[in-house]
Amino acid sequence: MSAVMITRKVRKWEKLPGKNTFCCDGRVMMARQKGIFYLTLFLIIGTCSLFFAFECPYLAVHLSPAIPVFAVLLFLFVIAMLLRTSFSDPGVLPRALPEEANFIEMEIEAANGNVPSGQRPPPRIRNVQINNQIVKLKYCYTCKIFRPPRASHCSICDNCVDRFDHHCPWVGNCVGKRNYRYFYLFTLTLSLLTIYIFAFNIVHVVMRSVDQGFLNTLKETPGTYPLNMNTFLLVCFFTLWSMVGLTGFHTYLISLNQTTNEDIKGSWSGKNRGQNPYSHKNIIKNCCEVLCGPTYPSKMCYHDDLGVICFSLFLTSFSACFPQKTTAPLIPNEHTPDDVKPSIAAEKSSGPKDDQPPAAKLPPLASPETDAETSIAKNQ
Amino acid sequence: MQRTASLVTKVFIQRDYSEGTVCRFQTKFPAELDNRVERALLEQTVKTLNSCYVEAEKVGGQSYLEGCLACATAYIVFLCMETRYEKVLKKISGYIQEQNEKIYAPRGLLLTDPIERGMRVVSFIQLLLHSLRTTNTSV
Repeated sequence: MSAVMITRKVRKWEKLPGKNTFCCDGRVMMARQKGIFYLTLFLIIGTCSLFFAFECPYLAVHLSPAIPVFAVLLFLFVIAMLLRTSFSDPGVLPRALPEEANFIEMEIEAANGNVPSGQRPPPRIRNVQINNQIVKLKYCYTCKIFRPPRASHCSICDNCVDRFDHHCPWVGNCVGKRNYRYFYLFTLTLSLLTIYIFAFNIVHVVMRSVDQGFLNTLKETPGTYPLNMNTFLLVCFFTLWSMVGLTGFHTYLISLNQTTNEDIKGSWSGKNRGQNPYSHKNIIKNCCEVLCGPTYPSKMCYHDDLGVICFSLFLTSFSACFPQKTTAPLIPNEHTPDDVKPSIAAEKSSGPKDDQPPAAKLPPLASPETDAETSIAKNQ
Repeated sequence: MQRTASLVTKVFIQRDYSEGTVCRFQTKFPAELDNRVERALLEQTVKTLNSCYVEAEKVGGQSYLEGCLACATAYIVFLCMETRYEKVLKKISGYIQEQNEKIYAPRGLLLTDPIERGMRVVSFIQLLLHSLRTTNTSV
C-alpha cells in the first residue's frame, strides 16, 4: 500500500497554555510582562554608551587603549548573558495530556481508597526518598502532574519549572534549571562591568581634577557631559551594591546547591540544615554541578523533524501487516474511548478528502499529543 | 476493502526519583502489560534508557570542557555545535525506534520517547487492531 502524508507540525510551544510569549519559531521564550526587561536593557546600554562616548576617549589617550577594549568585551558578554537568560526556556515542564492526567488520578484514587462522603480527601502528596531524606512531591492542580523534586509552579508564567529558582522581572523570565548558569554569569559579569565603569569613572575624575581642579571637573559644561557627572556616579554606585550583593547571594546558594525558592521557604535551613539531599557536601562539586553541568534540552522547543516522518511511515507498514480480526465494533458506542470515536467515524466516511490537519482522520497512533498531525493517508 | 479500527489504551511508567533529580525511570513492571510483553524485555529497555540518560547527564571532563568552551564564546558556539545531551537524545530515539520495530510492534505496543512527555513518563500505547472486510461499494 502506498501512502501520501502531508504533515503539518504543531510544536509543543504552540500549544502551551501558560502565560508566555514566543518569537522566532519558538526559539525565544519570555514572560508576558517585559517592561522591566526593557528598562534593564536601557540602563545597561545607556550607561555603557555614556562611558564609551565621554570617558573612553580620555582614558584611551591618557592611560591605555586596552581599557575601552576590555570594557567593550565585558559589555558584549553581559548583553549576551542577559539575552540568553531572558530568551531561553527556563526548564518548563509540559502539562500532562488527558490520558496521563487520568492515569495519575486513577493512581491517586487507588492510593486513597474510599473516602467517606463529606470528608475532604487527603492532600495529594507523594513521598520519595532521596539520599536518605524524605522529600514530598506535591501535585500541581494546574499542570496535573506530581512536580519533580525542586520543581515549582510559577504563578506569573503559569508553568511548572524544573529546579525553579525565582521569577526575575529584570530579565523578564523565570530562572530555572536551563538558564540558571546564564543568570548567574549575567549577575557576575554585570557586577564586574559596574565595578569597572565606576572605578574608571573615579580615575577619570581624579585625573581631570589634577589637570583642572576638582570643582571644575564636577561642573563640566553640558556640551561635554550632557548628564551631570554626579548622576552617572550615583547610578553606578547603587547598581554596584545591588549587583554585588545579588552575585554574592547566588554564589552562596550555588556553593550549597540550593535554589532561591528553597532558601526562602527554609527547606534546608534552620532545623533542617545539613540535610539537603542534592548537595554533594563539597563546595567545588556543587559549583561544578550547577555551572559546568550538562546543557539540558528544552522540553518545549524540541524540534524533531526526522522523528516525525519516520513515525508516520512506520504507521502505514504496521497497519498493513497486522493480522485480520473481526471483533471490535466499527460503530462507536458507549464503550469506545472518546479519543477514538472521531477516528472511527472518519474511517466510516472515507474516500477522497480535503487536506485537513486534525489527527482524527487516522487511527490514533498519530494522536493529538504527538508533535506531528498527519492530515490524510490515502489508500490506493 | 479492508478497514481498520483501533482501540487504544496507554500505560505510563513514571520517573524514579530515589537517586535525586537525575533522569531515571522505574523498572517496576506495570500490571497492565502482564500478558502483552515479557518482563525481562521491558526491564532491559528501561535499564538501557536509564543508562543513556545517566551518560547524558554525567558531570565530568567532557561536560566541563563543553561548558568552559561555550562560556568563553558567550554560548554562541551552541549555534553551530550540538550539545552532548542532544546527541544522546538522538541516540535514544534511534534505540526506541529499533525496539518498537523489533519487540513492541509485533506485540501490538508502541513505546513513546520520554522527551515527548517532558521526560516525566515512558508511555506504552497498546493497540488492539481490528479489521473488517467489506464490499467495495460504499467508498
